[in-house]
Amino acid sequence: MTTLLALTRDARALANGETVLSAPETEVARQLQICNACRYCEGFCAVFPAMTRRLEFGKADIHYLANLCHNCGACLHACQYAPPHEFAVNVPESMARVRLQTYADYAWPPALGQLYQRNGLTLSLAVAGALALFLMLTLWLKDNLFRVPLEINFYTIFPHNLLVGLFAPVFLYAVLALGLGVRRFWREVTPGTGAPGAAVGEAVHDVLRLKYLDGGHGEGCNNADDGWTLWRRRFHHATFYGFLLCFAATSVATLYHYLAGWVAPYDLPSLPKLLGAVGGLSLLVGTAGLFWLNLHRHPQHGDAAQKPMDRGFIALLFFTSLSGLALWWARGTAVMPALLAAHLGVVMALFLTLPYGKFAHGIFRSAAMLKWAIEKRLPSKLKLGDE
Amino acid sequence: MIDVLVIGGGNAALCAALMAREAGASVLLLEAAPREWRGGNSGHTRNLRCMHDAPQDVLMDAYPEEEFWQDLLKVTGGQTNEHLARLVIRASSTCRDWMRQHGVRFQPPLSGTLSLSRTNAFFMGGGKALVNAYYRSAEKLGVQIRYESPVDRLDIQDGHFKAAYVGGERIEARTCVLAAGGFESNREWLREAWGQNADGEWPADNFLIRGTRFNQGTLIRHMTEQGADMIGDPTQSHCVAIDARAPLYDGGIVTRIDCVSLGVVVNKKAQRFYDEGEDFWPKRYAIWGRLVAQQPGQMAYSIIDAKAVGRFMPPVFPGVKADSLPELARKLGLDEAAFMQTLNGYNAACRVGTFDHTALDDCHTEGITPAKTHWARPIDTAPFYGYALKPGITFTYLGLKVNEQAAVHFGGRPSDNLFVAGEMMAGNVLGKGYTAGVGMSIGTAFGRIAGTQAAKAALTPALSQREREQEGEVA
Repeated sequence: MTTLLALTRDARALANGETVLSAPETEVARQLQICNACRYCEGFCAVFPAMTRRLEFGKADIHYLANLCHNCGACLHACQYAPPHEFAVNVPESMARVRLQTYADYAWPPALGQLYQRNGLTLSLAVAGALALFLMLTLWLKDNLFRVPLEINFYTIFPHNLLVGLFAPVFLYAVLALGLGVRRFWREVTPGTGAPGAAVGEAVHDVLRLKYLDGGHGEGCNNADDGWTLWRRRFHHATFYGFLLCFAATSVATLYHYLAGWVAPYDLPSLPKLLGAVGGLSLLVGTAGLFWLNLHRHPQHGDAAQKPMDRGFIALLFFTSLSGLALWWARGTAVMPALLAAHLGVVMALFLTLPYGKFAHGIFRSAAMLKWAIEKRLPSKLKLGDE
Repeated sequence: MIDVLVIGGGNAALCAALMAREAGASVLLLEAAPREWRGGNSGHTRNLRCMHDAPQDVLMDAYPEEEFWQDLLKVTGGQTNEHLARLVIRASSTCRDWMRQHGVRFQPPLSGTLSLSRTNAFFMGGGKALVNAYYRSAEKLGVQIRYESPVDRLDIQDGHFKAAYVGGERIEARTCVLAAGGFESNREWLREAWGQNADGEWPADNFLIRGTRFNQGTLIRHMTEQGADMIGDPTQSHCVAIDARAPLYDGGIVTRIDCVSLGVVVNKKAQRFYDEGEDFWPKRYAIWGRLVAQQPGQMAYSIIDAKAVGRFMPPVFPGVKADSLPELARKLGLDEAAFMQTLNGYNAACRVGTFDHTALDDCHTEGITPAKTHWARPIDTAPFYGYALKPGITFTYLGLKVNEQAAVHFGGRPSDNLFVAGEMMAGNVLGKGYTAGVGMSIGTAFGRIAGTQAAKAALTPALSQREREQEGEVA
């Protein structure tokens, strides 16, 4: 009955051209109304100062604030209205629920937004499919996974052009899909028109430093309890910069290949190898650390239903790095072809799921932080009396 | 045997426990609440009023001792002990480094609190973050902590503390610090203290409690019965007009209604009863609880129009909204004719000059009683909003008399091993009235004093000797 009433109400609202809030959005709006009357958490991050510039929370505001939230946990532990208080304020949890919804809502093409909902399954299917693809390709190309000549290099198994032909479209598709998604998100909440250089600079700085995992006092955010830790920030840095270094290694290698005509494999101390080795190790340590922290995370942080997505993404990055490093070690051994197929399969799965998994958080959050950097430079429309 | 027993689990208790532990004493802290509700009213606080002679990190300009003292003298109307008050004021200028050592962090003043940027240091994340930090530090230092352990009585012999009872369990200690809060959560006691009014109502039955439900005043009553010297009037309490829809307990800061000075306030008979524009709201909000308590049914309604929206701190619950004043009266359940008479009379009496709600402006009424002396503008722009108000009790003033060592007194003589801090003795400094953050200044100063003195007394050879002898006798 209540569902029917809600549906009727929503239908009427839609007919009148009003925007209808989803259940997670309604919950965020309810909680922010409480937060806005309290404001004790203003020092922790950007969410609360951004909140105080508003009196009401529409759909666009909620999407923006949800993506600004880093799920650091500080406001939950400090909250006088957190459960078991009857106001039941848990900002990290309610924001996380909306965040997932925004990824799905803004996904391109829209139909694939579904992939966020059962992301564990999405990731598993992508990994299984991609692994199978490369193992079968290996068999098809070489007839055998193990007994291949030892002096062989990667490109004698998978010709360079075949790999480029497989990975380049998938990667470009991921860039396109995420780009179109974040563009829609960006247009929904538009503070001012342009982005002043200072705002861009600040947003980039805050993204790259993970400013909002510092607790506002620089001593870190929460993980298992109300104590602070800098390890979430450190492991995320190791993951993020490790990923970037690996990406840089691939990019440099591509330039070597096409511009200089230097063909892989590269050995130490060549630049691609150096970048790849440091990046790979960093990614390995970072993702292992994040996984461990995730296992010990306070049960009230974030949305428990999203753990498969979070852990799946962490695992995918971990195995990308592990298989890549193993490949280095296995060069010239009989297991190389099988390992190569495994590595390529994992990387392919990672690329395939970039626009439909946890990776999206980096894109949407960076956009939200740029919005905040722009917005905070605009005068507030409110004149809340103080004296 | 434990050296120092701390009874209570809020700011003052934690300050006492930490100081005693730092002095080398073994400490057991008994918190009445379960872990998730620990910290008493401290969890609802947000800042500490601090004396300072020059700008300090989050504090602007200067707030010298004399100015702090004059502010305190003004709000208490002289119901304060100058010696103890100045002790608190001086302590407030030096305690923050110690607080930081135990994990408390400060932040610049929150938006909408510019008036406090000079006088008050805000805790990052508010009082619950402070309470969490103190508990973490206490655990790390080896303070034993027990939750769900309300103490119902003490064994006191000739002004000397022997033991505390949690239900049937007897807990002995060399010294004891009482820091278990006021009695504001004890509804029967409030009922008794406020009594019956001329209309036969029990006003306190309609009060809401802004803070913890665990401040039952058990030990205040027990200490009275034990003959401890008391201070303060049980009918005095910090009482604010809050949203009538607030929860019975722990509504905290969000339930305040900050639009009183921007509109009018009427009672159940739709009559105005006090000058809404007498002074800036932060200077007047604390009298409105009592004003509302004196109205029939202990209810009132703050009425504003669209012009006020966006000019006051957003309230936690949306107001009752209407497109016309008669509709608003009906929605609020007020007599429409009486309401319109009041509002029309007020609107006609407004002499609007230059409206400025950041100054005591020249917008006022003429020819109505009570007058509205500032910010008086006709309530004439739809939509209109109404907020029902009830009295909300923040804390009570009744407590135990102390000296500068925070010692409990019996017949004018200080106990050698029983000390008290926080709301249980705040009345020594704050006999009535309130100024933002002063409760935390008192709790921090006297919590630290009580902890230090309790540790000193426990570790003094003479007392230990006496205890040992007595233990020997018992054995």
